[in-house]
Amino acid sequence: MNEQDPHTPGTEVTPAPEHGAVRLEEGHVVGTGGLPERFTNPGLPHHVPRMADLDEAAARRAEKQVATLFGISILGTVLFIVLYFVLDVDQTVFVPGIGRTSASNVGLGVTLALSLLGIGLGAVHWAKTLMPDAEVVEERHPMRASDADRAEAVRVITEEGGRSQISRRPLVKYTLGGALGLFALPLALQVGGSLGELPRKSLSLTWWNGGPSGPGEEPTFRPLRLMKDPENQPIKASDVTIGSVFHVMPEGLLPDPETHEGGAEDLLEEKAKAAVLLMRLDPAQIRSQKELDWGHDGIVAYSKICTHVGCPVGLYEQQTHHLLCPCHQSTFDVTQDCKVIFGPAKRPLPQLKITVDDEGYLVSAQPFEEAVGPSFWERNSS
Amino acid sequence: MSTSSARPADALRAGDPGYQAPPSGAARRIGGIAGWVDDRTGAAKPVGYLMKKVFPDHWSFMLGEIAMYSMIICLVTGSFLTFWFVPSAGHTVYDGSYVPLRGVEMSQAYASTLHISFDIKGGLIIRQIHHWAALMFTVAIVVHMFRVFFTGAFRKPREINWVIGSVLALLAIVEGFAGYSLPDDLLSGTGIRAMAGFVQTAPVIGSYLVYGIFGGPFPGDMIIPRLYSAHVLLIPAILIGLFTAHIGLVALQKHTQFPGPGRTNDNVVGYPVMPVYAAKAGGFFFIVFGVIALISALVQINPIWGYGPYDPSPVTAGSQPDWYMGFADGALRLLPGWLEFHFWGFTLSLNIALGALVLLPLVYTVLGVYPFLERWVTKDEREHHLLQRPRNAPVRTGIGMAGITAYTVFMFAAGNDIMAIKLGMSINDITWFFRIALFVAPPVVFWVTKRICLSLQRRDRETVLHGRESGTIIRTPDGRYFERHEAQLPEEQWVLVQHEAVAPLELEPEVDEHGVARPAARSERVRAALSRFYFADAVNPVTPAELAAAHHHGHETEAIEGAQPSPELESSQATDRS
Repeated sequence: MNEQDPHTPGTEVTPAPEHGAVRLEEGHVVGTGGLPERFTNPGLPHHVPRMADLDEAAARRAEKQVATLFGISILGTVLFIVLYFVLDVDQTVFVPGIGRTSASNVGLGVTLALSLLGIGLGAVHWAKTLMPDAEVVEERHPMRASDADRAEAVRVITEEGGRSQISRRPLVKYTLGGALGLFALPLALQVGGSLGELPRKSLSLTWWNGGPSGPGEEPTFRPLRLMKDPENQPIKASDVTIGSVFHVMPEGLLPDPETHEGGAEDLLEEKAKAAVLLMRLDPAQIRSQKELDWGHDGIVAYSKICTHVGCPVGLYEQQTHHLLCPCHQSTFDVTQDCKVIFGPAKRPLPQLKITVDDEGYLVSAQPFEEAVGPSFWERNSS
Repeated sequence: MSTSSARPADALRAGDPGYQAPPSGAARRIGGIAGWVDDRTGAAKPVGYLMKKVFPDHWSFMLGEIAMYSMIICLVTGSFLTFWFVPSAGHTVYDGSYVPLRGVEMSQAYASTLHISFDIKGGLIIRQIHHWAALMFTVAIVVHMFRVFFTGAFRKPREINWVIGSVLALLAIVEGFAGYSLPDDLLSGTGIRAMAGFVQTAPVIGSYLVYGIFGGPFPGDMIIPRLYSAHVLLIPAILIGLFTAHIGLVALQKHTQFPGPGRTNDNVVGYPVMPVYAAKAGGFFFIVFGVIALISALVQINPIWGYGPYDPSPVTAGSQPDWYMGFADGALRLLPGWLEFHFWGFTLSLNIALGALVLLPLVYTVLGVYPFLERWVTKDEREHHLLQRPRNAPVRTGIGMAGITAYTVFMFAAGNDIMAIKLGMSINDITWFFRIALFVAPPVVFWVTKRICLSLQRRDRETVLHGRESGTIIRTPDGRYFERHEAQLPEEQWVLVQHEAVAPLELEPEVDEHGVARPAARSERVRAALSRFYFADAVNPVTPAELAAAHHHGHETEAIEGAQPSPELESSQATDRS
């Protein structure tokens, strides 16, 4: 019996139609010549006994091997327990090929592995050498239930179920449908409605707008000094030499680096939007007039948050003035107003307009003109 | 089935009638407990049935087992980790035993992960086993799916189980991502940052969705506890439920088997659970666990202490997700920026949404739908319990390889920065190479795979028609040389001829016998075209008639390749075979 067995229901796939010409590899005959259409299954091959079936010495050897493996497991378990108490958690050990590493990790891991592998390999070896290895045949039956069973199931659902009179009483039917259709709404509303604040304008605001920029905040702009991150020191324009790069946060956002006091209440949330890179280029290299106008003597400030999916654009190539995002390799050209010159981002990094205050420190001249970071549907609508 | 008179290893000494020892005290006690349970549940019948259940043997059937065991290992070690892990974004200053981070501000999630790694005895090994087992889980699922796909095991009646398996595979990825994000280190935090960016680009509702998920602005302090709840409760509950259904259906429908002598569509040939599979499968759990423990002891994974706590402004170069997220990350790197559109004051970022929000569900939808598509094309309504050798389904094998190729291109694209550094090449060139490869490589791989399958099928025919090559070169008395081919044993031959002959479905003629136009339904024409695509150049197995003709023919003109040795060689062959 095989796949074209006559009592399996369904469509038979007919053999290839007879060709006039037969390709070489298809054989050399047309028609069946009275032979069956297919070969017949030769049946199970003869069982070949194993060494352990024939030779009591081999069986005893296998028994000893299995027992040795189980013994290794016991040894591993005991060693694990010993090492757990002997090794300190901060002890290190030199392992060839790995280097200096945690002694307890290696010790406990290897002994645990011995304890487990001993059982596993022993059991499998036992099954392969000593347990019966003659194959057993189990019959299959079609998955489908008998016609009578199917008919009975249909009858129970329609006739017995029909006794509820659901089909005769439309009022009950439709109100039940409505009730079942609606009952999940309160639960969905509770979860969906209470998940979190609505974004309102907060995706388009940053600390550079004048302070906290979370949902519901309405910051008013004031010039903010550009502060070095993490030192939280203001930056003098004269300190920014050509080719240098500063990682910058707005004044008031960072806590005191020593005392961890002060700073924004929602520190990470504000940092995630306000991070800025400050670079100084030779003004002659800058090819965008707006970039020059928004900068100060070749000092330019750009959002560090990638316009693709929001990773910090962390890699600055000083020679080419390219900014590269390490997540998906969007590349921005600082000499061309941070236009995207390669990679999956579409929009340039937003520029922060800066100027110099009375004391010579760099300050923001206005907040970002557009939302920083990844795109979202209503980005341009506000 | 043994025809040997030898005493099998499981019998007692020669001549003994068999095991007849009276039950020991312990056995009586166990029998007593079992009887107590059976009195109340009637469990003896199903237990007896399950213990006798036969499973076929093949190495590839262990792939699903690896996935199952890795999942169990994840559950066990994950439960341990919850005893020490603090799923909170609450701020703390680290004062544990890892000196370089002392005094650093961080979340409690990160601090407690450091605590597990450095201060809990054996904590690091449990954490590493958990991570390695999760990687093993996702790998095993994928390779298990390859086996099921390429052998046609998804065919009726197993389509439901294929769909369940596809959902399991998708959930495993989501579960992995959630777990990977929990330690709140710089690398995983960057992953969450990217995830927030993905969600934010969803058309119309993106910003609301991301604020809902994060409970406010990114990163907020809700995401860690929410991911934790998903990682330890929601997704595992669904995983275990679906897995139970998956394994239950395997038991109900009985395992498929590879074709072979004595194996038919109506039987299962293999070994019973008691004792063979209980020992083999039970032992295999310990082997999988042991191997993962050994890897975890010797190979470091995700050293979060090296990355530092998450902060949205710094980043590490060479940011890479775990491997199973690689293909989506690679897609993001390949999608060009011009797929972002601005209109009527709105922004539609298909350059992100296609790779991050569409690709993952799309892949698993296509996978889930495939069995139904193939069944629609073949109109095959029969149950299939015999697996197909991949070569005997050349087009399906080609499609599968093309899919794997596309997946691989995406996955390697996620390493374009690493490749650029290691190979000293331009990242732009590498990215362009992958962009082109994504469209060129899958069709090429499809074509090559299909040709290889057809060639293998032809070689099978050749072997059946002319016997297998013996490697023995014979020189005839008149100076000619030829290689002797040996006749196959029926058992060997059966493997090569057991599959069905296939042919494309024929479209009914457009005009019936009365000359009346019979417009074939459009869907029928599509079906016929697809059927031609699948089966037009099928190579079908040798029929007995063809073999007889080859033998007959062989005596006249093809003595060189004749499966039947010519009379003067009969003696040498006979001595060889003995």
